[in-house]
Amino acid sequence: MDIDKKIQHLAERLSYIKDIFGDKQTENVRLLETRLEEFVQREQALPTKEKHAAIATVEDLFGFVEKKLETELTPMDKVRIVRHSQRICLRDILENVYDNYTEIGGKDENSIDPSMLIARAYITRRSGKKTYHQPVMVIGQEKGHGEEFRNGGSVKPWGNAKALHYMKVAETENIPVHTFVFTPGSYPIEDAPGAAQQIAKNLYEMSGLRVPIVSIFSEGGSGGAEAIGLADMRLMLSHGYYSVISPEGAAAIEGRLRSGERAGSELIEKCATQLKMTAADNVRMGYIDHAIDEPALGARPYHYDFFRRLRQEVIRATDEVVLSVKGFTPFRAMALRRRRGKTIEDLDLENIYVRWSLSSAARTRLVQKRHKKFLRLSRQAFLDRRPFVRRCSAWWWDKGWDIYSYFKYDLWRKHQKQLIYAVEEVDAEARVLMEKVLRPWRKLTSSLPSVPTKDNSKERDLTMLSQWDQEDEARNGQWSYVSGRAKEDKAITCPNSGSHGCLDLWAPDLFGEFAGVCNYCGHHFPMEYQWYLHNIFDPGSIFEFNSEVEAANPLGFEGLDVKLEQAKKKTGLKSGCMTFEARIDNVKVVVAMLVAPFRGGSVGAAEGEKFIQAAERAKKKRFPFLAYVHGTAGIRIQEGVNGVIQMPRCTMAVRRYIDAGGLYLVLYDTNSYAGPLASFLGCSPYQFSIRSANIGFAGPGVIKETTGMDIPPDYHRAHRALSRGHIQGIWDRRDARSNLRQALLTMGGRNLYYR
Amino acid sequence: MLDITKLLEEIKASPYEELVITAPHTGVVSFAGVEEGTRVVGATGLWKEVPGTRLATIEREHNQKFILAHEKGVISKVHKELEGTFVEAGTPLVHLRHFLSKDEVMSIILKKALYLFNAPERAKYYFAPDADKKIKASGPKAVTVHDGQELFIMSRMKREASLCYSGPEGVIYAVYFQHNENVDAGAPLIGVCPPDQVGLIEDVVIRVQTEWVEQD
Repeated sequence: MDIDKKIQHLAERLSYIKDIFGDKQTENVRLLETRLEEFVQREQALPTKEKHAAIATVEDLFGFVEKKLETELTPMDKVRIVRHSQRICLRDILENVYDNYTEIGGKDENSIDPSMLIARAYITRRSGKKTYHQPVMVIGQEKGHGEEFRNGGSVKPWGNAKALHYMKVAETENIPVHTFVFTPGSYPIEDAPGAAQQIAKNLYEMSGLRVPIVSIFSEGGSGGAEAIGLADMRLMLSHGYYSVISPEGAAAIEGRLRSGERAGSELIEKCATQLKMTAADNVRMGYIDHAIDEPALGARPYHYDFFRRLRQEVIRATDEVVLSVKGFTPFRAMALRRRRGKTIEDLDLENIYVRWSLSSAARTRLVQKRHKKFLRLSRQAFLDRRPFVRRCSAWWWDKGWDIYSYFKYDLWRKHQKQLIYAVEEVDAEARVLMEKVLRPWRKLTSSLPSVPTKDNSKERDLTMLSQWDQEDEARNGQWSYVSGRAKEDKAITCPNSGSHGCLDLWAPDLFGEFAGVCNYCGHHFPMEYQWYLHNIFDPGSIFEFNSEVEAANPLGFEGLDVKLEQAKKKTGLKSGCMTFEARIDNVKVVVAMLVAPFRGGSVGAAEGEKFIQAAERAKKKRFPFLAYVHGTAGIRIQEGVNGVIQMPRCTMAVRRYIDAGGLYLVLYDTNSYAGPLASFLGCSPYQFSIRSANIGFAGPGVIKETTGMDIPPDYHRAHRALSRGHIQGIWDRRDARSNLRQALLTMGGRNLYYR
Repeated sequence: MLDITKLLEEIKASPYEELVITAPHTGVVSFAGVEEGTRVVGATGLWKEVPGTRLATIEREHNQKFILAHEKGVISKVHKELEGTFVEAGTPLVHLRHFLSKDEVMSIILKKALYLFNAPERAKYYFAPDADKKIKASGPKAVTVHDGQELFIMSRMKREASLCYSGPEGVIYAVYFQHNENVDAGAPLIGVCPPDQVGLIEDVVIRVQTEWVEQD
């Protein structure tokens, strides 16, 4: 019986090796296969003792070959390891790493989303003679071992909402959160909440969550991973991957495949290598704090030693996070530091006791530290060609603003406000008093006869219809910027002409006078970003900053340098994000603009950094902050994790700005998809769109590719986004300026635009 | 009385519709390489989002517009002589022979044979309780209706009103609405058939189902 089990186990190991390496390593596979077959044939004839000896030899051979193969793993092999159904899953970890756990928020199929698993768990430690039970909230994607209903760890929006809910529970209970990232990516449903919105919400809340978060990555597929991966300490299993896109997806984009076609395995392998998605790469780049060594060819549920190591690592990570923000812990922190780099046998964290609940001051420090940590990331991934002197002067200028805004807003404004409130109160009291005193006098004067002056302007306003081209804002079709397409002598057919009967429009009319809006049905043709630059903001008020920050190729991705050069030449910009100060009807704003012609408006390290700088500037200067999204295709995949890390980074910047009292507005135009939408754009409470916009998490091609579902042609149109509750309003392009001014005035609060 | 057998024979004799595709507006025509006998497809996809075969291009004021096939079928005639000339709106460009499918034949026959009672306004419709009971028990054909009979309940925004049937006497042969969905004004609710013709229509339906060969 025992022998049978061992044979079955070996057969499983063999099939695992076959699955991982595919048609590579055929010799090694054949060797193992023949040895195992030989043993199975001889087995019946052998006496028991020899049987055990023989199977031990075969097992040793397996171990030897596995160790040898381990050194030859390519990044794509690791992707296959992570996706294999024999890979450890969150259930195994809960069983073996934690001392006790209770699943909450549903169980198996009977859960709002079975691919997101939440558990309250205990870690028990003994220090001296005392036993401590330390509660944690464990949250993670559960792939199961090939269970269909888990959806392969692709979490639906409500799964992420469940995770967020229990993170907040953990915050209330003041217990740390351990998140386990086991996802190939989020499920691209547009619903309420949409996939993008929910991830954005998660990121926004996690960036201010006042309990320690430790995150362990096994399979980190872009947006889905970020939804629970924003953490104080990020560990990664050595055979895991953390990437902006799956290698297949990258190959499909790189190979310019049309939907339905499949990329060749060579291209996929190449993309996997170029994306630098392994644990070692991510540790080197700084996006992961520490990698946890796995057994040869990846951890599987029978590797009990590995679970012990994982337990120690998780405890150490939590201890480190907690001790780094606690007030006085010199010896324990030192002891912990000294244990870094020790082998698992020497590690004995059980006898150091660290209480994982934090005081209020420590929790504040924790959040500050988290923000600092993320702010430092990816600074090396873009170019800044400013000379040293200018950089120095910029730094000083920045510090100057810090000091100035501290004195002006934090110190002076606070007292000024108190004074103003006091004056207001006295004034209001005095008015009531004066009213009483003056009433007899008013009575007397109003009874005297006087000649009424006739003013019929109000009557005219109320009784006559308004027309957009008669109002000042429309400038009677005299726009300060006219699209180049207006120079063509041709007629253009509105796409709605079939259903709405629109007549053909002459291009100079359409793109010149009508601002790209069909005169008959109001269909918006996409417009260049320059149109907005010149027609929305006060003339001559735009002052661009940080224009020197340049998009680069941090991973050395093949062909990206050339493409970037082309984009820079074509647009005259250095990155896909333009940041500037401007005025709208004399209200000053800081604007970050994602520009579609620059590589589809994709966001990489340079764009993210500029966005963050813009948010910081708006915070310092106490200006409202407008994100104008002319178009974004998502995260720039060729930058790999350097790009994806901009999701938490920029969201944190936005959070700092909003927490400090700022007004953050987002305005979408043309196409906005994926990463940026699922983070720093989607988290805004005030999101509007021009009527021409398409808004969504994944484009139709990606949805078809990942879920196999066809989606209706108008799935991503702005009006659908509005009905899903994603955006708060749809604007006519010609009214964009007046609507922005209106939004600033109405949402800006007491001081117009800064609380 | 309608001779349904004759009608079916007529349809069988010419099992297609001859569609004439005309110029939607003035412009210079250039044909897109379609010949007589070419098979073309109409718009496909769940939402008809995949456009049909391009038949011709018509250009006016530097604005090229494609003329696409709306139905699948075989091109029977192309007015090649118009290639490169300026045509007026409504000029026939291509003749398309669209072969009828089973459903289309059936709907043609039923439309001619049945009396259709249409919805007077957009609302949800239900059968009145006594008719409803009969229909649930033994199908719609068990109900005979006559002019002025209170047959429907029209429900809109939770306000319900009764609706009387008006038309010739007969049995309800087809029901075109579902009780949980809104029916647009003018859309048919039921198709009524004189009692003596029920057997005849059933015969025809069976014959169409079994005999009609769809030509692709």
